[in-house]
Amino acid sequence: MKTILDHRQISLSIKRLAHQLLENHVEMKDTVVIGIQPRGIFLSDRIVKEIRKEMGENFFYGKLDITFYRDDIRKNIHVPNHTDISFSIEGKNVILIDDVLYTGRTIRAALDALMDYGRPEKVELLSLIDRRYSRQLPIQPNYTGKMIDSIVSQKVKVMWIEKDGRDEVILLEETEG
Amino acid sequence: MTLSTRHLLGIKDLSQQDISLILQTAHQFKEVLQRPIKKVPSLRDITIVNLFFESSTRTRISFELAEKRLSADTINFTASGSSVSKGETLLDTVNNILSMKVDMVVLRHGASGAPHFLAKHIPAAIINAGDGINEHPTQALLDALSIIEKHETLDGIKVAIIGDIMHSRVAQSNIYLLKKMGAEVTVCGPPTLIPKYIDKAFDVRVEYNVQKALEWCDVANVLRIQLERQNQVLFSSLREYSLAYGINKQMLNNLPKKITVMHPGPINRGVEMDSDVADSDQSIILQQVENGVAVRMAVLYLLSNRPVS
Repeated sequence: MKTILDHRQISLSIKRLAHQLLENHVEMKDTVVIGIQPRGIFLSDRIVKEIRKEMGENFFYGKLDITFYRDDIRKNIHVPNHTDISFSIEGKNVILIDDVLYTGRTIRAALDALMDYGRPEKVELLSLIDRRYSRQLPIQPNYTGKMIDSIVSQKVKVMWIEKDGRDEVILLEETEG
Repeated sequence: MTLSTRHLLGIKDLSQQDISLILQTAHQFKEVLQRPIKKVPSLRDITIVNLFFESSTRTRISFELAEKRLSADTINFTASGSSVSKGETLLDTVNNILSMKVDMVVLRHGASGAPHFLAKHIPAAIINAGDGINEHPTQALLDALSIIEKHETLDGIKVAIIGDIMHSRVAQSNIYLLKKMGAEVTVCGPPTLIPKYIDKAFDVRVEYNVQKALEWCDVANVLRIQLERQNQVLFSSLREYSLAYGINKQMLNNLPKKITVMHPGPINRGVEMDSDVADSDQSIILQQVENGVAVRMAVLYLLSNRPVS
């Protein structure tokens, strides 16, 4: 087991990501933030908290579950989480947020799900960890906390205080499960 | 987490976890039904046949909508006008349909146990949409979802099931489900329409006085008199039944608390309940119908992971 980011580094990365996002969306005008269920929400909650420090509450924040759009549904049935998008995304700039970008399949499903809510002007992707050599689809993030060059047998786990008792990103070898 | 069964033949076979999983999944599908595009691609590789050997409005439309909103391909079959009238057996009919590569079967049949029989002989996943006087599991699940939406839980909720308990598959499925989920159940109706020893067999209370049942309950689930299944005279007339067991608005108004009124449909207005009861703000009859689509989507989705190879 190897620590990739400790809690202080996570906190700094989140502040930087929120500020990068604001640089591109200065007034957050026509911009909405959507976290991907289940584990992207821990990250999106904190990014949104940072943006609100600068901008207040005048932008929409939603949560998207992609279970019904997965491409591996015949292999395994997953239990859905709650989707909460109580605003229109038609013509909006959507910032999708997930904790780890790995094969790109989750984001593919999220894009499909998103289109069922309307036609956004533009979709951007923010992820804390980018496992850049593991992509199976042509999908790249616009904002990245840290890039990791890991192999398939390794596992990256992002742990959050709310869920796992501490903030830490770790790299596990296969044998460590 | 998946269901412990590969068919939905009855609530009898489901565990508490299965029921919770279906209701939890249905809750998420309710959100899907609020979207601008009320459709997800989950079952786009699945073909479903709706086999209806008995008449149905709500259940058939509800299943078909659920299938379409999951992107499944659907075939509708009704017994009238089919080769059943030429003497084809149920198993032959189904095997012929399955040879056209169908993955799931939704079956309504007048014979109790028909879906159980099919499940033994064919490889497709089977969903019981009502079999004779046995079970109607998706109705009980949508009733449960509707009660939870109103009362937040099933645990400790007092449900009175009023009417033709003897011939009602809705009553039987509801009793199984409510008892498994910790609700209290009273069945109420004329003695001739309540099976003997039901109190011991199902651990429910029996009440012959509808006023007392209403005073006891939080939720009254009122059933239709199944005249088509009664081949003997069990009460003198519908008018007499209505006078003794029909529910009117005044009875509701005189109760100490505001109870919830349910009905699985079709309603015979003026027999088991009056119009002003069915249309009152205490009635959740139309919410039940709305929840039916989400519950059936959940059942189809959760059973779709074992397609025919």
